[in-house]
Amino acid sequence: MIPAAFDYQRADSAEEAVALLTEHGDEAKLLAGGHSLLPMMKLRLAVPSVLVDVGRLDDLRYVRDAGDHVAIGALTRHHDLHTDPLLAEAVPLLAHAAGEVGDPQVRHRGTLGGSLAHADPASDLPAVLLALGGSLVAKGPNGEREIAATDFFTGFLESALEPDELLTEIRVPKLATQGWSFQKFNRRAQDWAIVGVAAVRAEGHTGVALVNMGSVPLVAAGVVEAVDSGASAAEAAERAAEGTEPQGDINASPEYREHLARVLVRRALEESGLS
Amino acid sequence: MQITLTVNGVERTAEAEPRTLLVYFLREQLGLTGTNIGCDTSSCGACTVHVDGQSVKSCTMLAAQADGLSVTTIEGLADGDELHPMQKAFQENHGLQCGYCTPGMVMAAVSLLDENPNPTEREVRLGLEGNLCRCTGYHNIVKAVLACAEQTDGAPA
Repeated sequence: MIPAAFDYQRADSAEEAVALLTEHGDEAKLLAGGHSLLPMMKLRLAVPSVLVDVGRLDDLRYVRDAGDHVAIGALTRHHDLHTDPLLAEAVPLLAHAAGEVGDPQVRHRGTLGGSLAHADPASDLPAVLLALGGSLVAKGPNGEREIAATDFFTGFLESALEPDELLTEIRVPKLATQGWSFQKFNRRAQDWAIVGVAAVRAEGHTGVALVNMGSVPLVAAGVVEAVDSGASAAEAAERAAEGTEPQGDINASPEYREHLARVLVRRALEESGLS
Repeated sequence: MQITLTVNGVERTAEAEPRTLLVYFLREQLGLTGTNIGCDTSSCGACTVHVDGQSVKSCTMLAAQADGLSVTTIEGLADGDELHPMQKAFQENHGLQCGYCTPGMVMAAVSLLDENPNPTEREVRLGLEGNLCRCTGYHNIVKAVLACAEQTDGAPA
């Protein structure tokens, strides 16, 4: 399978990428690692007429200590997140979950920014960022703006990014982490999660978010509220499916997904140290 | 557009449409047919090559994205008639039957040992999760990778 024809433009700077997006508008798509976009283009689910390749913007590949948060360049690859010592120390949930995405070959190419901008509710890292209470920096023709993760995922494969904006940085707060867990339930190696759960317990922050439980990655608000009110892991997990709208598909019915969410949230909370 | 790659140590240039996937560029423009096309959907790993030393699925990368980079294919592993230690280990441990997945499997395995020179059996199985084999049941493939790690003391390349 080969994608439909397009014009290929390689951006040599973030500014040039934004200028190309401004010039081509809706017709253009950004290409980072390509591991979400190219499969969609092969299936003609995406047919951009211009691809702006930002894959060589090496200055957007970094993991940095920025005081109260860790700053991650949007083009940092999953493999590099998984093996980064600073991230492993400061945000172990993200370092671990990055190693659960796809398979080694996918992790060598796929990027954090690409995965978030693709906004697939079945992807692992959007839920991780939600659980951590992170934010995203978008660069457009009029400068930069910071978007909270909770405002970023607006619909199925839709984000708060404007057509002329480039995701440049992801910010993750440095929490005083007491425990964390990432649960991914699937039937075959390298598959997307049928349901997944990202959980973190820290001083002043409880974060629990769900993979593949609706059209967008979701914060499990009922679970967070229960934990913060002193509920046990089992009690809080009973509220895991509240506010979700899981799809039925070849792998699971909506009811089964709701059951999985409750089981996986309980395991995640227990693994995070809540009894 | 004109695309130049350093393939197996040799600079190669050819014309290709921007939409040309790396695996087609290698096979059809450069005549390197050792890299197989399997599922064409980044699931099976048959098309695995190394780009700048790391395993990638060449069906899910544009040749244009690899322009100016260094690519190693299965043809680039052996030193003349001397097989690469991983190829030898696959041969000695009967790590293949029909052979279709083998080039991708070997390339994935070499990349795995580059990153983790002395893996456990479980780490080998997880490390090859991006490659499907429908013949062997994986058992002898895993044996081959572990044997290669042992024989080369973790330095296969």
